[in-house]
Formats: sequence, C-alpha cells, structure tokens
Amino acid sequence: MENHNDSSGYWRANLRLIKVSLVIWALVSYGFGILLRPLLSGIRVGGTDISFWFAQQGALIVFIALIFFYAWRMNKLDKQYGVDEE
Amino acid sequence: MSQFTINIIFVGLSFALYFGIAWWARAGSTSEFYVAGGGVHPVMNGMATAADWMSAASFISMAGIIATGGYAASTYLMGWTGGYVLLAMLLAPYLRKFGKFTVPDFIGDRFYSKTAAMIAVVCLIIASTTYVIGQMTGAGVAFSRFLEVDNTTGLIIAAVVVFFYAVLGGMKGITYTQVAQYVVLMIAYTIPAVFISLELTGNPIPGLGLFSNHVEAGIPILTKLDQIVVDLGFTAYTADVPNKLNMVLFTLSLMIGTAGLPHVIIRFFTVPKVADARWTAGWTLVFISLLYFTAPAVGAMARLNLIDTIYPQGVDAPAIEYDQRPDWMKTWEDTGLIKYNDLNNDGRIQLYSDSGLGAAELALAAATADGGDVAAATTTVEEAKAEHALERDGVFVDRGWAGNELDVNADILVLANPEIAQLPGWVIGLIAAGGLAAALSTAAGLLLAISSAISHDLIKRNLNPNITDAGELKVARITMAIAIVVATWLGINPPGFAAQVVALAFGIAGASLFPALMMGIFSKRINNLGAIAGMLTGLISILVYIFVFKGWFFITGTANFPDTEEYWLFGISPLSFGAIGALLNFIVAFAVSYATAPPPAHIQELVESVRSPRGAGGAIDH
Repeated sequence: MENHNDSSGYWRANLRLIKVSLVIWALVSYGFGILLRPLLSGIRVGGTDISFWFAQQGALIVFIALIFFYAWRMNKLDKQYGVDEE
Repeated sequence: MSQFTINIIFVGLSFALYFGIAWWARAGSTSEFYVAGGGVHPVMNGMATAADWMSAASFISMAGIIATGGYAASTYLMGWTGGYVLLAMLLAPYLRKFGKFTVPDFIGDRFYSKTAAMIAVVCLIIASTTYVIGQMTGAGVAFSRFLEVDNTTGLIIAAVVVFFYAVLGGMKGITYTQVAQYVVLMIAYTIPAVFISLELTGNPIPGLGLFSNHVEAGIPILTKLDQIVVDLGFTAYTADVPNKLNMVLFTLSLMIGTAGLPHVIIRFFTVPKVADARWTAGWTLVFISLLYFTAPAVGAMARLNLIDTIYPQGVDAPAIEYDQRPDWMKTWEDTGLIKYNDLNNDGRIQLYSDSGLGAAELALAAATADGGDVAAATTTVEEAKAEHALERDGVFVDRGWAGNELDVNADILVLANPEIAQLPGWVIGLIAAGGLAAALSTAAGLLLAISSAISHDLIKRNLNPNITDAGELKVARITMAIAIVVATWLGINPPGFAAQVVALAFGIAGASLFPALMMGIFSKRINNLGAIAGMLTGLISILVYIFVFKGWFFITGTANFPDTEEYWLFGISPLSFGAIGALLNFIVAFAVSYATAPPPAHIQELVESVRSPRGAGGAIDH
C-alpha cells in the first residue's frame, strides 16, 4: 500500500457513507414500514395508511435510490483517493 | 387452436431461444464456466441476477402469500429486496475485488483455514439443495398443468433443458439465458396484471392501481377489500401485526439471508470491475422491483376478484351456486388445488373465515374414509362448531352456514389469473412459459453454485490442487451433470426438508455465511478460530431452533414443541431466527478472536487489498 493514510481515509469515508445509508435503510423498512405504524396511521394514502405503502412499495423505492446513490458516491471517492481501477 | 397447442408453442419457442443462446455462449475455460470470464455488462448482469433471484416462489407463490396475508406479508416484499442494499454496501464490491470464483474460496483464504472453507461448502450445499428442489418441483407442476404430462415427465424435461445449457455454457451460458428468461417472465407476469388493474381501477399500472379507486364502488380498492374480508370474518387486509418483534426479525432474516445466498453472490463475480459490482446491485433491484411492485397489486386484486366470483351480488347476498361456477374453477378442481365441500347442502359455495370448521370437517371425512382416528377428528369438529357458533355473535350460523366450503391453494392465483380475468388463450401460454423461465433460471444458478463449490473448493482446494484448467473444467461439467441428476431425483421424491426453503436456505445463509463474509471484510482482527466458532454457532443454533419446532431433520412427530407463537422463544418464529443466529455468530466470533492470536500479516494485507478497488482486473486469473 503506497498511500496507507489515504486508503484508511478512503475506508473511513466509505464506513461513514455506509452508516448513513443503513440508517435510512432501517428507517424506511423497520421504522416507517413496521414499528412506527401506529404513529403514522393518521397519514392516509389510497385507502390505507402510509406505513402500508412503505411496507409494500415505498421501502423498495428508497432501497433502489440508496444503492445508486452509494454506487455513485463510492465511484467518486475511488477517484478522489486514487484507488479507482485504471 | 386448442389451449394445449398454444401452450406448446409458447413454451417451445422460449426453449428454442434458450438452446440457441446456450450454443452461442459455450464456455471454453474455467473462468468462463465459473464467472462468465468476468466480462458481463452491469445492466445485463442486473437482469440476469434478477432472473437468478426470482424463483418459482417469487413468480408463482408470492402474490398468493400477499393475497392471504395482506399487510403481514409485506415482510417478503421488504425482506427479499432489502438484502440487495446490504449486498451493494457490505459484500459485493469487496468480494468482486478478491477476484476468485466461489464463496468458500474467500472464506478459506481470508480465514486461512480449510476447515472454514469446508463449513462454508456444507452451508452452501444445504441451502442451495433445499432451494433447487423447490425449483425443480415448481417446473414439474408448470409442465404437468400446462403441457398435460405427468409430474415426473415434466421434471425430467426440465432437467434435460437445464442440463443442456448449464453443462455446456456454465456461468456464461446461464447468464445470457437468464437475461432471456428475465424478459419472458416479466412479460408473462405483467400482461395479465395490467388487464386486471385496468378492469378494476382504470389504471394500467398495477402498482399504482393498488392505491386507486375501485371503478364500480367508487372507493379505494384497499378500503373495499378491507370491508368485504372483515364481513366474511377474516382479519382486515391492511390490519397491523401484533407481534412486531417477530415481523422485524423475520424481515431482517430474509434480508441477511438474501445477501448471504451463494448463488446470488457469485453473480457479482461476473462483472469486469468493482464499480460494476456496485452498479449491478442497483440494476438487479430495479429489475426485481418491476415484478415486486406488481405482486402486491396482483395479490390484492386476485383476492377481490375471487370473492366477487363467489359472491356476485355482494357478500351480504347468497353465494354463487356450485353449478354456476366459472370454467377456471372446474379446471383447477381437476388438479386438486381447489376443493369444494358442500357442508350445509345448499348447493352454494360459502367462502369465509370459520374458526377452522371447514378444515376440521374435511379431516373428519378423510379419517372416516381412510380408517384414521375418527374420535379425535370428531372432537376437533365439535370444538370448531362451538367456536363457530360464538364467532361474531353467530352471524354466520344465523345465515345457515356450516363451515367454509371452498379451499383455494394460494399458489394458483398467479397461474389462474388470466383465466379468472377471462383473458385470451395466448396469455395463458405466456404464463406457462414465464413460470418455467422463473423456475429454470433459478435452478441453473443454484446448480452452478453447488457444482463450483464441489469442483473448485472440494476437489481443487483439497484433493488435487495441481489439476489443470482443462481438467478442472471437465470436472466442473461432470459435477454439474451429477448435481442435476440428484436435484431431479430429489424433485421426484421430495424429502421433508424441501418445503422449508425459507427457514433452511435463508436461515443458514443469514446465520452462518453472511456474518462470516462481512466480518472477513470489515474486521482485520477476526481470525481462523473466531470465524470457525462463529459459523458453527450460527449454523447449529438455527438448525436446532428449526428442528425443535419442525421436527428433528423434519421427521414428523419428532418436534419438541408445537410450532405456534405461544411456544416460540420470546415469540420469535423459526423463520425469524436467522437474525438471532447471525447475532450469536458475531458475538462468538469476536469473543474467540480477541481471546486468541490475531491473523498473520499477509491476511491483514489481504483485507486491505479487498477494501481498495484498484487492481481488480488482474485478479481474476489465478
């Protein structure tokens, strides 16, 4: 490893990004979709509450957005820290 | 043209396409056989991974599970998609950088231990074999229903097809065939759903139709569904789940199980770069979601259509007469997947929630006919009758109903959908081809995972490390052929564990493989002993918890406790235990690793290297 400091900076940046992403991942599925359902039952969507929508569709949309956001950010970080594939 | 001819044409055309692709994509080296030479474009790989992932269960069973479970079945929708977020961030890019062919490859190298690799091989084989039996039987059912051959013949035809393109093409053949299979299964799933959604809601996109108004009733479709199922004594479709802990753990178990399933992970080894592995996860989820957005709509609308068929004048009016039932019910009664039992002898079909009275009556009839325990069955019927009379102040009893009279297997909803919605014959032919595409694409991916674990990890790593590339390719093909024969045999004679795909395959992948892979990448401190102890803890704890409730090795009568919520530990079902097994795995692995010597320097360098994408291209040849 010629750039040891840089690469550990790269790894820390990656871990930060993963943490933020997984918090959102858990919030939309376990939070909005399951545990927070009683609190959100007042918000109505198409004949039911918003938690039903999150559990059956909303979480999936956020999952897709999260993966593409992560891939895009990481590919930029790869270049920034000089660890991208040439 | 008869429906049979149409089905033959559709299935025949799709098979001709797969054969053509297989011939064009023959594998010439082990790298092509195991990972398609590492040259698959991420969008194409996403499509292939989606087909690999979406099994007979996703295509045939999931909408039925949702139709029955309503909100509670959301677990499957979130669980089978959320795992791709974990794959994209925690596993796929680093395993691609590692640049070898199989999952046990990584575990063996990272934990510098043949034992660890062997445990991974065992986990992989149990999970994948359980899974592949389901695909073979699914294909057998599709053949026997649509092509009018018996189940065994159907299974053998399926095996021959998979044999041709999997043995010839390996991962390369499988990848490009899966792309074609994805297109076939998506079209087959979507077309009937679009027609049904248009008819019920006027919205051509089923996923949006689910949250729209019912055209005739003028109220949201989910509100209408809630009303009529409650009127029939069922739990409301959108009702909340009381046991939230179990729902959370079940969802989590499906997510980590998805991320840890070897046949999914190896698909990420086929792309040229680490960046492509990340994109692949995104594209895979896009392609999977096209089906998963439609599935809840198919489920809800199928349930509504079914109840409308039985109660054409509304659920407060008398049900349909048995003689007036539509043709599709007759067709499916012949297969035994729809059963009718006129308990109150009024010649009509009462479908409602009856405290298990209808099922108890069926059991009593069976016991009387086969000389079973008639006394016990009679007691069950009496108990159900008493409860039935109390239920909802006896409203069903007052209507002269003597128990639920119609038993509909949830699996037929998707297959019968075109008939229920009275769509033309070619749509039914398409559904046949789509169901087969879903079963065969997943079977091929699983068989490749099994055969590469045996030829690469067992034979090359342990028995004959000096085998040449050409020699290993030959061994890989022979292993694949044997795996197909074994899977077919198990499909014809399904063992007790075949029905436990969710518990066994996802439980083991989640409790044993996922934590080991993740710790191998994210911790430099986990050593060989820690990983071995952790994987064994995960594997054994999940197996014991399943066996205690479902019978030891699934032999009936050997279970220690009934498989019901009051007996589960903290209300956690055996299906949800994967997450707990994973937690135990992490704890044990850390405890043992910190109590023993850290991994040697070259292993720590290996971890550094998988974390950095640079240099991934060259690593594939070894």
